[in-house]
Amino acid sequence: MLAFIIRRVMQSAAVMLTVAFVAFGLFNFVGDPVASMLGQDATPDDRARLRADLGLDDPFYKQFASFVGNAVKGEFGLSLRQGRKVSTLLKERMPATLELSFTAAILALVLGIPMGVYTALRRNSWFSQVLLTISLVGVSLPTFLIGIYLILIFAVLLGWLPSFGRGDVTALGWWTTGYLTQSGLKAIILPSITLSLFVMTLVMRLVRSEMLEVLRTDYIKFARARGLTDRSVHFGHALMNTLVPVITIVGLQLGGIIAFAIITETVFQWPGMGLLFIQAVQFADIPVMAAYLCLIALIFVIINLIVDLLYYAVDPRLRIDRATTGH
Amino acid sequence: MAQTTPGGAPLLEVRNLKVEFPTRRGTLVAVDDVSFAIAPGEVLGVVGESGAGKSLTGAAIIGLLEPPGRIAAGQVLLEGARIDNLPPEAMRKIRGRKIGAIFQDPLTSLNPLYSVGRQLIETMQTHLDISAGAAKQRAIELLQSTGIQAAQQRIEHYPHQFSGGMRQRVVIALALAAEPKLIIADEPTTALDVSIQAQIIALLKKLCREHRTAVMLVTHDMGVIAETADRVAVMYAGRIVEIGPVADVIHRPEHPYTVGLMGSIPSLVTETERLAQIDGAMPRLNAIPAGCAFNPRCTRVFERCRSERPNLIPVNTTQAACWLHAR
Repeated sequence: MLAFIIRRVMQSAAVMLTVAFVAFGLFNFVGDPVASMLGQDATPDDRARLRADLGLDDPFYKQFASFVGNAVKGEFGLSLRQGRKVSTLLKERMPATLELSFTAAILALVLGIPMGVYTALRRNSWFSQVLLTISLVGVSLPTFLIGIYLILIFAVLLGWLPSFGRGDVTALGWWTTGYLTQSGLKAIILPSITLSLFVMTLVMRLVRSEMLEVLRTDYIKFARARGLTDRSVHFGHALMNTLVPVITIVGLQLGGIIAFAIITETVFQWPGMGLLFIQAVQFADIPVMAAYLCLIALIFVIINLIVDLLYYAVDPRLRIDRATTGH
Repeated sequence: MAQTTPGGAPLLEVRNLKVEFPTRRGTLVAVDDVSFAIAPGEVLGVVGESGAGKSLTGAAIIGLLEPPGRIAAGQVLLEGARIDNLPPEAMRKIRGRKIGAIFQDPLTSLNPLYSVGRQLIETMQTHLDISAGAAKQRAIELLQSTGIQAAQQRIEHYPHQFSGGMRQRVVIALALAAEPKLIIADEPTTALDVSIQAQIIALLKKLCREHRTAVMLVTHDMGVIAETADRVAVMYAGRIVEIGPVADVIHRPEHPYTVGLMGSIPSLVTETERLAQIDGAMPRLNAIPAGCAFNPRCTRVFERCRSERPNLIPVNTTQAACWLHAR
């Protein structure tokens, strides 16, 4: 178990190093920072001096090492556009994105899993057919379109919910939360639905197909033959056995929700990291882009690690060392 | 035409059972006009080739026919009361409590994610008014009685930590957990090593004698029947063609199909060059011939066999469905 965690952490470190390399590449291939800092009138001497001051004439590996060293400390330099530290910018924006993603993920699971179970158990009911048809829409319609429709209906026509922004937020230390105010809660409804819809339908369809598969197995038949209640057979034996693949997909999708909140944040002008990133791309604000890239990669790596540990919690076949098996 | 058995009223009585599968190309009759009875504590063997309707008869009795299969006619009586028309919840309470079941493949009969103790305890607690502690104690005793060493520790183990034979012992313990009056064992040894088959059969026999549990032993292995059963029913193409005390059916088979079956058992006593075999194959459900279903393969076929379907009639000590005996 411990050996497994150590191995996984080392793999994760390798992944992070690769991502850092790509992020570092951004600086070298997207324009010359010295030229943009000094302007056109600078002499070659000025340039050489600045280059030396900034450490840009150091060999490649040395520059990369100092980039990684700073990145580990969370420092990615100054934003070219705003002139503030990138780490501060991301820290300001992170709560908004994480709250939105968290709400969307919870929505997707809390609604997606029961809908999947329902459509598997009542395969032929009309309500299952309705859910399945709607889920097709959820899978196939692009996020921005769903967001715009929701704005049109609930913000413009009905006027129930705000169409943009995060509402009032409360500061808890450096973290700002929208969960504690009414306007904050109202503001999160539309964007979180928009963001969760794709994953929700994915979870529902996945749970449904896995569940149908499991319901055909011998151990479900045997559980029925033992006279266990439907509740215990369906929600105990069957649902447990669908969880392993569901955890895998949900884990990957959770990273996806955070990373691809970009579109939803743009549509709803949600003041999160995704919006920051989009603005950074428009202004070629390389430090922000590099930092965003590394941060998202880190989130993916952490989620994957958690998913692997969850397998252990769910599936006893992985948990027990080989010494006790095979009697 | 249910028969009475020595030792009082039958425990289970099946009257004119008919199981059919509606398909797009018409209805297939898989079990046709099957009647038999099982006395308390009696072991009834049911033999026949694959597809003869043995397993479906068992599934129909415990109310676990896979849709679209359904009981089209006939009655199933347990202790004199009909159970084939009970609502699902009432039938569930009978399964496990009154009628236990053992399936063919022990490797897939157990939920891989639950410890064997948990599966035993949940079965007991579903049917019996018993505390968790007492259930655990009983589970340990039950595992011990099936010949599992160190039951105290093994109860915490998961199915994958048991070998095939050991798992079938666990399955037997599970079937007996709520002290049913009857166990339907559907090919309980087919998936096991030959060396283990005898052990499992001996165990089943011993435990059922101790608990005074009747057994309906479905198999295609005449050897198992000869060793275990009190009476035997031979099935062919969905019907019982011969039924009677096991020694009589084996030594003086009356139906030509039974004669053929007995001829195909290798004997250690007499040396034979080749085993006798029955030419041809059992008809498919959608092409059962008119008259006696066995007539195309029967060596003693005559005119009446091709036009009229024979019913079971008493012949010496057994009953056979054959026109040869209708003199």
